[in-house]
Amino acid sequence: MKAMDERPVQVGSARSARFKKHHAEDLAGRSYTFICVALLIVIIISIIYFVASKGLATFFRDGVSLGDFLFGTTWDPEGNQGEPMYGVLPFIFGSFATSLLAALIASPLSICASLFMTEIVPGWGKKLLQPVIELLAGIPSVVYGFIGLTVVVPFMRNVFPGQGIGIAAGALVLSVMILPTITSVASDALSSLPRGLKESSFALGATRWQTISRVILPTVLPSILTGVVLGMARAFGEALAVQMVIGNAPHIPRSLFESASTLTSVITLDMGNTVMGSTHSNALWSMALALMFMTFIFVLIVRLLERRHRI
Amino acid sequence: MKLKKPLLMICTLALVVMLAACGSKDTQGDSSASGTANNDKSSSTELSGSVLAVGSTALQPLVEQAAQKFMAESQYSKIQVQVQGGGSGTGLTQVSGGQADIGNSDVFAEEKLKDEAKDLVDHQVAVVAMAAVTNPDVGLDNLTKQQLVDIFTGKVTNWKEVGGKDEAIVIVNRPSSSGTRKTFEKYALGTSTEDLKGSIQEESSGTVKKIVSESPGAIGYLALSYLDDKVKVVKYEGVEATVENVASGTYPVWAYEHMYTKGEPKPEVKAFLDYIASDAVQNGDVVELGYIPVSKMEVKRDVDGNISK
Repeated sequence: MKAMDERPVQVGSARSARFKKHHAEDLAGRSYTFICVALLIVIIISIIYFVASKGLATFFRDGVSLGDFLFGTTWDPEGNQGEPMYGVLPFIFGSFATSLLAALIASPLSICASLFMTEIVPGWGKKLLQPVIELLAGIPSVVYGFIGLTVVVPFMRNVFPGQGIGIAAGALVLSVMILPTITSVASDALSSLPRGLKESSFALGATRWQTISRVILPTVLPSILTGVVLGMARAFGEALAVQMVIGNAPHIPRSLFESASTLTSVITLDMGNTVMGSTHSNALWSMALALMFMTFIFVLIVRLLERRHRI
Repeated sequence: MKLKKPLLMICTLALVVMLAACGSKDTQGDSSASGTANNDKSSSTELSGSVLAVGSTALQPLVEQAAQKFMAESQYSKIQVQVQGGGSGTGLTQVSGGQADIGNSDVFAEEKLKDEAKDLVDHQVAVVAMAAVTNPDVGLDNLTKQQLVDIFTGKVTNWKEVGGKDEAIVIVNRPSSSGTRKTFEKYALGTSTEDLKGSIQEESSGTVKKIVSESPGAIGYLALSYLDDKVKVVKYEGVEATVENVASGTYPVWAYEHMYTKGEPKPEVKAFLDYIASDAVQNGDVVELGYIPVSKMEVKRDVDGNISK
């Protein structure tokens, strides 16, 4: 810029110089973002490729049938009872049971919390709750697991039959962990509602409760469901906290208070002790592949919900 | 705006470079290790280089403490020893794959690996003994081998059937692939067991101890270094789990802690292994951390479990 003021040159060349400069800038910006995106895609694809190549080896190289893997109920990779068995149904069941139960416990709590923050007491309610919920989101999962083991498990043991360990304890710990996810998505949706909606409802003579239950909640339901699904996805993938309180017996439990396992808990429990390339290790990778597949499904559900919301 | 853009760019680029550096860390480590190995041949007076020991978490505290002291010694100050956990399986995989110099393992390599085990050289650095422990309220002092087998295979589900009080038995196990569990099953039970319905599997001995000490009717097994008043240590066939009984061979539930190298170790790796085998470490750190020195053992055991004097 300065150079142009000092030395008045022909208008055409100045313009072309400026054009060139902008052009170069544009190109630099483009290629820079392109490199970033390419790197991201390469990372994602290589992760998927790695997990898939290990996970599929169970079926193609080691000859475990997909049906036996997904629907078998016996997990005995060391072959303690004769032939090694790789049935992961108990873990899939455990994963779904804990995350569904956690979402069931956490959803009403988080929806009420977000309503409280945005509709009922928007002033001090938000000021008080927002930091608390952000803090909950920031607590590491080991801490949750440790609290679960020292507080939740003994409590369950004293109140319910059984050892206190099991799906109920796991779900309870998870529900606290996914509370912030659901609350923040729900409160974002609530605060983005057009003011007119609420005001017209009040103008028609509806009470606040009627407005909330008949107007506001039905309108933001898809967004809230998005939050619930995101929370479930987090619960589904959480390993450490669950592993500490669920007991890790490879069986479908008879009650919520009996030792059970999830996909993630078995992976973390066994991966250090297995040798790379063995069928046992590959079976763990297949479980990782199943977990990734589930995550894709969760993302798909969220996408579908968002699309419905837009219309 | 004008200032922010380049800043953002630089930050991201820095991040990219960092990520790229992370990715190639392994190969870098390998090349530097092999590079220094060549240097050692030319200058045999002072060893330098890096040693990476990976594997068993049961052995990790000992190797870590030994590594600290080893690096503090003036003649070894140029050797960098890194100790990582990850489990016996990881240790054996990485040492036979060449990613690690030393693979720490609770079990013989032959039990986990097949053909690869032939290339590995075993260095037994310590002995770990395990004892069956129960919740103090069970009130039993001794269990026979048959009683233990019945309990861990689910034949007996109430303590009164083995002479205790009327209380349901809760099994607290380690995962079926764990070295501690393998040792306990092999030498205390003589048979491998499956994970029973309702039994608890925990990843670490610390958690096993916590659950056994808190749950009424619980039984588990722990290495001697974990034992204290919170759990009741049960005699095995009337023999108490003490260092003396293990050393003399009367208490059979013990296993070697192995440090495997692929082929003969490099000079700096050998220096570290020799240091761990030295009397100072064997009678100092090994005992202090609750392991039993190999030199103290009056009996020896091979891969197949045969005992010799």
